[in-house]
Amino acid sequence: MQLTDVERHILAGGHGEAAAIALRIVSETGRLLGADRLIPVASAHVDGCLYLGDTGTRFAEKLVQGGAQVAVPTTLNVGALDLLNPANIRLNDHTRAMVRRHMQAYEAMGCRATWTCAPYQAGHRPKLGEDVAWGESNAVVFCNSVLGARTNRYGDLLDIACAIIGRAPLYGLHRPENREARIVVDVSQLSSRLRSSEAFWPVLGAWLGRTVGEEVAVIEGLQGFANEDRLKALGAAAASYGAVALFHIAGVTPEAPTVDAVLSKDGARATFQVTAEMMASTRDILSTAQSDAIDYVAVGSPHLSYEEAVTIAERLAGRTVRLPFYANTGRHVVQRLEREGRLKPLVDAGIRFIVDTCIVVTPIVPSSGILMTNSGKFACYVPGTTGCDVMFGSTAECVESAVAGRLVRDMDLWT
Amino acid sequence: MTGSIMFPGAASGPVLVLDRGLSFWGGVDPKTGEILDVRHPQCGKSVAGSILAIAEPIGSSSSSAVLLELIAAGTAPAAIVLGRADAILVVGCLAARELDYDCPPIIVDRLPDWATSGGLVMLDATGPEIKVKQSVAGSTVPVGEDVSKKVAR
Repeated sequence: MQLTDVERHILAGGHGEAAAIALRIVSETGRLLGADRLIPVASAHVDGCLYLGDTGTRFAEKLVQGGAQVAVPTTLNVGALDLLNPANIRLNDHTRAMVRRHMQAYEAMGCRATWTCAPYQAGHRPKLGEDVAWGESNAVVFCNSVLGARTNRYGDLLDIACAIIGRAPLYGLHRPENREARIVVDVSQLSSRLRSSEAFWPVLGAWLGRTVGEEVAVIEGLQGFANEDRLKALGAAAASYGAVALFHIAGVTPEAPTVDAVLSKDGARATFQVTAEMMASTRDILSTAQSDAIDYVAVGSPHLSYEEAVTIAERLAGRTVRLPFYANTGRHVVQRLEREGRLKPLVDAGIRFIVDTCIVVTPIVPSSGILMTNSGKFACYVPGTTGCDVMFGSTAECVESAVAGRLVRDMDLWT
Repeated sequence: MTGSIMFPGAASGPVLVLDRGLSFWGGVDPKTGEILDVRHPQCGKSVAGSILAIAEPIGSSSSSAVLLELIAAGTAPAAIVLGRADAILVVGCLAARELDYDCPPIIVDRLPDWATSGGLVMLDATGPEIKVKQSVAGSTVPVGEDVSKKVAR
């Protein structure tokens, strides 16, 4: 690892203790992964602001005491409190106080209080080809794939370290040759109806993650079907069920005008023809519930966009929900809904907005029962983090089920 | 033996081989080390004190912070063997070291021969070479030696 004079000065404490810690962590990680130097990054998105225990808070406060300030524009992922509606969260007094200290430490370092796992829909959109340092697996895969900016999966603690020194190790997806696809996935044989349905995208993502692990794939056959929220759902599931940090979709994502444009010079290592059966069996893996007796509905992982919130309002069409319905989103969405007079009708219909955080990172939903969701990422993590079983369905099915108070699904879609 | 050292150290403990990838965040209790992911074949087992072999590290980028909490609580794996180099878990060790905790060694090796669940292994990854001894029928032998002769004697 070759450090510049400035970097060696930082390492020696010339920019304060926190910058030295940050540079040690970043350069050591880079050395372990075979990087030979650090590169400047244009921005950071930090996931380490989520409280997981007191040790993480001690680490953040050690950085603050050491004079840490982020060197580049930095957004924050979800915390473990709903700062706008604190009563939404069931935490004991000690934990609540630690969570608040943890979140305050990250704000004190100069990070923006965005508190969302969809920073790319809250105004943080790096440019094509720009090097950045992002954490949060769904944000990483969106940033690489949909925006064409360049980041690795920077884990908690490394993300803030990169932000403090404004640098990241040159390895992995910062290098153009590692962004080429080695796997081709052809979905063009699936019915147009399935590809047009929003429930298909997280299922395809879960299949992709389980199949390719961390490898880069290019998907053929989705031209004309994709939109930003669908790509968001695909990436989040692929990063939960696997370690996907980058995918390409021919004719859709910016680095892949065609399959050939992004395929490795060595050709494809594997090619997959995706069938309706493969999608149906993956859809079944997303659900763990053994009965249809759903108790709650939760949407918004990644956080709902404004458009997704409006879709829920349109689906409700003035009806109210009978089941508890948790809509997880960021303050950027809630504030816009409120400004446009769309928030109150949703709240009056029974929709419970969870803001700055979400149901899988802090105690919100009851610890047993069956939770229905449209999110592949929730389907992955709800059982382990809440104790609830999950039932996967589309947004429309989630809304209809919540209104009816019982499971409503259209299984014909998957044939 | 082959393999490379991501984070140096020495440890001993029972081997726990994970049959699927595991996200520490959402998949492991950050206090106790118990595997919580209900879809995981090793759900209900604990990573605490184990020589944990993970062919495919997957999932959340918060897994580094979960490892930090496990290290502080004394419930981390004794050592971690990754099937491929991955930046996320090792950062948990790098941050824990800044807080003066002893950290589990992390090595990269694609499921070595000795990685069989239940076996007792001593792993010396202080460098430059990785040395592994395994306990066979009550005696400890270096990996790679003819185990049958050692046991017979």
